[in-house]
Amino acid sequence: MEGKASLVNTHKILMKGLETIMNPKKFALLFVTLTMMLILYACGGGEQKTGETGEQKAPETTGPVTQIDSATAATITGKVTYEGEKPKPIQIRMDAEAACAALHKEPVYAQQVVVNGNNALQYVFVYVKEGLGDKNFEISKEPVVLDQKGCMYHPHVFGVQTGQHLKVLNSDPTTHNIHPVPANNREWNKSMSPGVTPLEQTFPREEIMIPVKCNVHPWMKSYIGVVKHPFFAVSKEDGTFEIKGLPPGDYTIEAWHEKLGTSTQKVTVGPKETKSVDFTFKAAAVIS
Amino acid sequence: MVTEAPRNTNPSPPAPLPGGEGGQRPGEGIARLNASFCCSELGINSSVSGATWLHRFALVATFCTFVLIIAGALVTGNEAGLAVPDWPLSYGSLMPPMVGGIRYEHGHRMIAGFVGLLTTVLAFWLWRRESRRSVRMLGFIALGAVVAQGILGGITVLFFLPTIISVSHACLAQAFFCLMVSLTLVTSPGWRQGVRQLEARGNSFFQRLCAFTTGFIYLQLILGAALRHSRSGIVFHLVGALVVTVLVMLVVTRVLRYYPDVSSLFRAALVLSILLLAQLFLGMGSYLMRLAARQDVQPALAMVTITTAHVAVGALVLVTSLILTLQSYRVLPQANKMRRFSAAPQKVAL
Ligand code: HEM
Ligand SMILES: [Cu+2]
Repeated sequence: MEGKASLVNTHKILMKGLETIMNPKKFALLFVTLTMMLILYACGGGEQKTGETGEQKAPETTGPVTQIDSATAATITGKVTYEGEKPKPIQIRMDAEAACAALHKEPVYAQQVVVNGNNALQYVFVYVKEGLGDKNFEISKEPVVLDQKGCMYHPHVFGVQTGQHLKVLNSDPTTHNIHPVPANNREWNKSMSPGVTPLEQTFPREEIMIPVKCNVHPWMKSYIGVVKHPFFAVSKEDGTFEIKGLPPGDYTIEAWHEKLGTSTQKVTVGPKETKSVDFTFKAAAVIS
Repeated sequence: MVTEAPRNTNPSPPAPLPGGEGGQRPGEGIARLNASFCCSELGINSSVSGATWLHRFALVATFCTFVLIIAGALVTGNEAGLAVPDWPLSYGSLMPPMVGGIRYEHGHRMIAGFVGLLTTVLAFWLWRRESRRSVRMLGFIALGAVVAQGILGGITVLFFLPTIISVSHACLAQAFFCLMVSLTLVTSPGWRQGVRQLEARGNSFFQRLCAFTTGFIYLQLILGAALRHSRSGIVFHLVGALVVTVLVMLVVTRVLRYYPDVSSLFRAALVLSILLLAQLFLGMGSYLMRLAARQDVQPALAMVTITTAHVAVGALVLVTSLILTLQSYRVLPQANKMRRFSAAPQKVAL
């Protein structure tokens, strides 16, 4: 009895409430308010994307260029290791495009967490984060090459200096679109048919890291680290890396991995010194 | 279940509307008093009139619009929105190589172009043949909407899918689908020839409840689109699902209680409840699929299928509620604007 009465009451209140907001004007008001909230919410979410519409500014190379003195230049070497249970390699399905599948006899695996022998973690971007002050270094005249081959990006992770040319090739018999998704540089998206002339682009602002996507082949992913100086490296198959030609000083070195996050260490190098800085990444509880 | 027709003790040919129902030809489906949507086509009629062809054309265009919504959902699901970087051309041509993600993106553009063409034809056909001014206007509103939709789609590609534009594109798609369904409904022979309104059973609360429910479902679709394109805000969408479920339950119980014998309302309510149930399961499925897919390196077929079905059934829930609303305003009397869309209402007190 009690339950029924309260149910009837709830129903009554619900109906009353409905009766009040069901008037077209009120509904319109509710609708507009909710939509505005949604818009604000969406725009708030996209706030980090500044610079996307900004003009491509000239590289920030103002001031004198610091020459690397080979008489004092120091070196940082190291190894990146993975700790924890090795993740199972994820096979890429290229059946969405026959032309891609035909380029591989062996199965192709995703490069998001590549742990090789001795727990060596590959594809970690290691660079000097702090310690160089306002020093400017010569921008390499050699372009960095990114090749689209076998419907994969080569290399998967790499660095480029601000203003240094990035040359994009398409060695595949199929069409790609290349679409970097920067937060701090201007976004672009270009189609590249087979045999197209290579594309040249630059990134004027530092950014760790710019994801690169192909929307024709959604498994294609690459990451570009854009830094002002030439002191960066990517861990190789055996997990090692080497940063050469560094002026003596105190530095913060950062290691970045696309799924496992970042890790920093401080190091001091004297003239001509070689120091070893090793990084360890723990298996994340949830890799997302 | 009894249809509306047998309730009329004194069936008479529809009275011509004062103010020129000129487009309507004599002898057009006299016996058809069934006001239900689509199924009215099944009536046997030897002389198929221009108006019937127009309705059939609208029906085809509406169906293509539904296919277009599915194609659009596939683009998002397969992350193929930017597979074709240029617009209005695709890779500088009308026909790029249909490989990988380009198939989805360009396929969507081609179907959209076709729907645009159908809408243009429909709008001008209505302009020439339709006597109800409001329906002619509706045709042009649909045309405007499809053009705006194409431009929004282009903008979102050229600006690399900003959330707000992509969400607007998704919402305008649903609104356009509603326009097409409305056009199909109001051009149907059943609708055109008028209905004996259930004078004594008018219920403005019920009608407004239906309209409100439709509006709220639309809002829920916006929340869904925002969730899908920004990957955040599931709470809003879940609360929305709860509210929609309660509203639909209210509508359906009311139909069962007061209008179980009014086939147009009964059928729409039945379909609505089934679709809603399916939609809730698909929503849960979408959520679980996305959760399981967090480590995936490419969109999995199962995930794309379930989320696409969730979008498609969402559109069907919306238009079913819309049809129910329009029918409620038509079958039940009320001094309101809706009557402008209906031809020759015949008032028979019961
Ligand atoms: C009243 C019922 C519901 C309606 C009408 C509805 C409608 C929609 C629509 C239209 C979209 C996609 C929008 C677009 O991309 O254009 C969507 C997305 C979504 N909905 Fe619902 N929904 C409902 C209930 C639910 C429920 C109960 C859940 C559950 C847990 C749910 C979970 C989701 C998720 C996860 C997405 C995003 C799909 C994706 O990431 O691809 N929905 N909803
Ligand atoms: Cu590609």
